[in-house]
Amino acid sequence: MTAAAAGAARGGVAGRLSDLLWRRPSVLLALLLGPPLLWLGLVYLGSLGALLVQSFFSIDEFSGVIDRTPTLRTWGELLRPANLDIIARTVLMAALVTGASVVVAFPIAYYAARYARGRWKAAFYLGVMLPLWSSYLVKVYAWKLILAKEGIVGWGFESVGLGWLLEAFLSVPGIGGNSLSVSPTGTFLVFVHVWLPFMILPIQAALERVPGSLVEASADLGASPGRTFRHVLWPLALPGVVAGSIFTFSLTLGDYIIPQIIGTSARFIGLAVYQYQGTAGNVPLAAAFAVVPIAVMGLYLWGAKRMGAFDAM
Amino acid sequence: MTSAVSFRGVSRHFGEVRAVDGVDLDIAEGEFFAMLGPSGSGKTTCLRLVAGFEAPDDGEIRLFGEPVAGLPPYRRAVNTVFQDYALFPHLSVLDNVAYGLMISGVGKAERRRRAEEALGMMALPGYGARRPSELSGGQRQRVALARALVNRPRVLLLDEPLGALDLKLREQMQDELKALQRKVGITFLLVTHDQGEALSMADRVAVFDRGRLQQVGTPAEVYGRPRTRFVADFVGSGNVLAPELARAFGGAAAWTSLRPEALRLVAPEGAALAGTVMAARYLGAATRVAVALPQGEVAVLVPGGQAVPEAGTRVGLAWEAGALHPMEAA
Repeated sequence: MTAAAAGAARGGVAGRLSDLLWRRPSVLLALLLGPPLLWLGLVYLGSLGALLVQSFFSIDEFSGVIDRTPTLRTWGELLRPANLDIIARTVLMAALVTGASVVVAFPIAYYAARYARGRWKAAFYLGVMLPLWSSYLVKVYAWKLILAKEGIVGWGFESVGLGWLLEAFLSVPGIGGNSLSVSPTGTFLVFVHVWLPFMILPIQAALERVPGSLVEASADLGASPGRTFRHVLWPLALPGVVAGSIFTFSLTLGDYIIPQIIGTSARFIGLAVYQYQGTAGNVPLAAAFAVVPIAVMGLYLWGAKRMGAFDAM
Repeated sequence: MTSAVSFRGVSRHFGEVRAVDGVDLDIAEGEFFAMLGPSGSGKTTCLRLVAGFEAPDDGEIRLFGEPVAGLPPYRRAVNTVFQDYALFPHLSVLDNVAYGLMISGVGKAERRRRAEEALGMMALPGYGARRPSELSGGQRQRVALARALVNRPRVLLLDEPLGALDLKLREQMQDELKALQRKVGITFLLVTHDQGEALSMADRVAVFDRGRLQQVGTPAEVYGRPRTRFVADFVGSGNVLAPELARAFGGAAAWTSLRPEALRLVAPEGAALAGTVMAARYLGAATRVAVALPQGEVAVLVPGGQAVPEAGTRVGLAWEAGALHPMEAA
């Protein structure tokens, strides 16, 4: 009698391939990560690098021809007061939108992570994701109608006799305008609504990982709900808040459609990039502008790390 | 004397489930009290009712004579050691221990001193700077104890505190917990499903089954004179004799408990009862021998060092009449 084989032999190319991948996990890893790394590394980082290089070119103001000798002239142009104004306006808007998103998103995310179960959880995901299914442009134009002078918001204020309040608000310089749809407040509202899902989901994911016993332990040790929030929930949710704010911050920094459709005609970085590389043909300045959000996000993350935002990860 | 914790007709329902069903209980000040029962018996819900994480649907709970209805957890003079320890992952061990002191407004230097003192008492000096994730299970357990005790609670609630530890460490911690309770002198309320743990540590034990209190007594009472079949079955692995088998042993025609260690194996000739050895299970310090009698099967504990008969051997049984304990309820 022959000894029984130690294992069942499996023939075929597929069998030999899976055996090979099992014996050499590094080959499997290379196969899985190769294509996306190629895409990110070459196509994305490559074009980003090309963009950066362009910002050191300059444009001949009379002929509009790009001069390819390296110079800092374009960067000097970026620092002109009008352009610094655009940068300051955009960063301020991004910061306000991010702050408001956190305030609105946290209670929703907290409810979903701690209380919603089964059917309610499904309803939560649907409710958060549903706005993402409709086109971004549709949402923005819908908001334009809602915020217009004859829109539902104005009508609502009028019909409860608070029209004067809206008028008073709109007459405040800097945040008001002819109607909400052409005011910075309108731009802000639409930004907050459109980016909200990107803030809710990371916060919910972070809170989902906080065991309920930690909240109970904090109460058990004498902390009122407010102090439990400050000392336990907020620090543990912070990585999610930072992840969400990367979305809302960078999306606001780069967006060029919302400020074009809703708000005053004051320019934002995204709009400036769009106009310089398109209509104006000033690709070097557009490239310099495009570097600003990257630098701002880098600074933001560096600051967040220094403040210990990622300690709970 | 008012009791530290008292339950009067306390019930807690979750939908159709009666997690706690009409419990009356008094726990004295300074007592080490254990709530024992299988999972789902309501013991943990009772502990959560005392801590304030749950509110009773019916009945009243008092802490030191004061009704606690509507009092949130953060206003109760009790502290809890959680089953999963619930240490704050973003804080150092020292900040974890000092958390309650920080909340109650104790100054930084003072709370640091007291937290370090508590860590020292738990044999964890110098561990303050570490993160909970860098500690072993046993060390986390001690940190959780220190974090609760540093607030000097009047009652310490322990929810299966030793469940996650391995056997050796568990036995060591049983001794330490008992010694600790004597040292600090406050009421300990321990919830456990491990009867050995309850019997070895507690002054008194309450046995729970399906939300109802089965028996309250000293470990010796609960072990030696179980009131119901459930208690006899759950506490120790005793013989529960059906009425007819109890009569064969010379007892009354009632469900009767008979501890395996109260039975001795003797020669079959002239013995009051004789049967056949079915199986023997070696337990280390003793061997548990199953003996088949015409009326049923009983277990006999043969101490180590004595000869253990092979399966199939005819053996006789001997016992003291006082070892039979008839039970009240079926």
